Amino acid sequence: MGFKDFCFKKSLWLFHFGGASCNNCDIEILDCLTSRYDVERFGMKLVGSPRHADVLLVNGSINKRDKKRLLEVYNQLAKPVLVVAIGACGCTGGIFAEGITFAGPVDKIIPVDVYIPGCPPKPEAILAGIVKLLNKK
Amino acid sequence: MVADLFYYFIYPGFLFTAVVGGLIAGVDRKITARVQFRKGPPVLQPFYDFFKLLLVKETILPAKGSKITFLLAPVFAVFGASASAVLIMLPLLGIDAGFRGDVIVVFYLLTIPSLSYIIGALASGNPLAAIGGSREMKLIVSYEFTFILIIAGIILKAESSTSLYRIIEVQQTGNAFIGTASGVLLFIAAMFCIQAKLGLVPFDMGEAETEIGGGAFIEYSGSAYALIKLTKYMLFFTLPALIILFFMGGVQLTGIHILWSALKLIAVILLITLIRNTNPRLKTGQAMRFFLIWMNLFVIVAIVLSYLGY
Ligand code: SF4
Repeated sequence: MGFKDFCFKKSLWLFHFGGASCNNCDIEILDCLTSRYDVERFGMKLVGSPRHADVLLVNGSINKRDKKRLLEVYNQLAKPVLVVAIGACGCTGGIFAEGITFAGPVDKIIPVDVYIPGCPPKPEAILAGIVKLLNKK
Repeated sequence: MVADLFYYFIYPGFLFTAVVGGLIAGVDRKITARVQFRKGPPVLQPFYDFFKLLLVKETILPAKGSKITFLLAPVFAVFGASASAVLIMLPLLGIDAGFRGDVIVVFYLLTIPSLSYIIGALASGNPLAAIGGSREMKLIVSYEFTFILIIAGIILKAESSTSLYRIIEVQQTGNAFIGTASGVLLFIAAMFCIQAKLGLVPFDMGEAETEIGGGAFIEYSGSAYALIKLTKYMLFFTLPALIILFFMGGVQLTGIHILWSALKLIAVILLITLIRNTNPRLKTGQAMRFFLIWMNLFVIVAIVLSYLGY
């Protein structure tokens, strides 16, 4: 593993995209930042601008309106970038998969690196997913 | 010539300040985490962030906006930070290089980083960046006047000398300025100015991640953002050093005095970190009122006191 890779993995900044979510996954993502789970241990932090982000967290089902916006956010990200689909909705569509406005799970729209299933996934599960992400490349 | 370049680029200029500043920023994040009962990132985290931004990430240019100004602004910021770092560190560490910069030069050089943030923000053509830039501008207008009054107070105390060497000399032969009543008042006002200059809570409205998504820096990515981070790390060392120079009698690098010098630095950093962790973000109007009315009154009282000999 080269120096570049090492630095990249040591400092992943997260940007959170919430699709048509039921808001439960959003709360669980925020849980990861609290003192109990503390993802800042791994050098991760939540940033406010897609320009600064290294990881795009997508949760919630993606409906027809979100699709355009998700693509736009993805194009605005400074590459290289990793994408994590969180929750049953992000991975497959979950309970919304048969809805009339559903526009396909996240991986049909943008490439996804890690899937974290669960409805909602526990913070522990999200941490486990993140560790997988760190070991992936 | 070679010595000058060495002073500027390596010690005590650019490289030295950047490395120590990075470590200080890491310690700051660690303390912040501790205050919030978290474990916190490793102390070397700022270096990882910097090298990731510099080496790995792509730099995106704004489609609408002045690209050259956008890219040059961070370069000027780094230049301003390192030039002021040299001029502050040389007297502080007791190195006598030919040019004896004084307080006024340092004052001007220290405004360069904030000004270039604003220029970069406005050049990006992003409305949120423009909001951040204008907030930053209002903040500068309010704290710079207080800052120049503080400098006036220091000059008065240092027997009307503007030389940084002289300011240290007066304190080392007599007492540190913080030992007097007027010194304490000036110190408190200076700490708030430093907080605003560093763009830390409660004066981080120009950046305000949760409100305007990074404000002035929203469009920056990759190496341009790395330079901005670098400027911030350097200022995180330079400004506390300036406080030590102004109020605590500088540092001495012999024997037991090294320990004292380190303790002074740690105390100032700790104070800054604790202020930033125990305060909410102020509104721009509140911050302006705070500086333009209260802090200015505070400093004027301090100047009058020091004129009367307290
Ligand atoms: S996966 Fe479950 S908890 Fe998460 S957004 Fe979908 S329905 Fe809500």
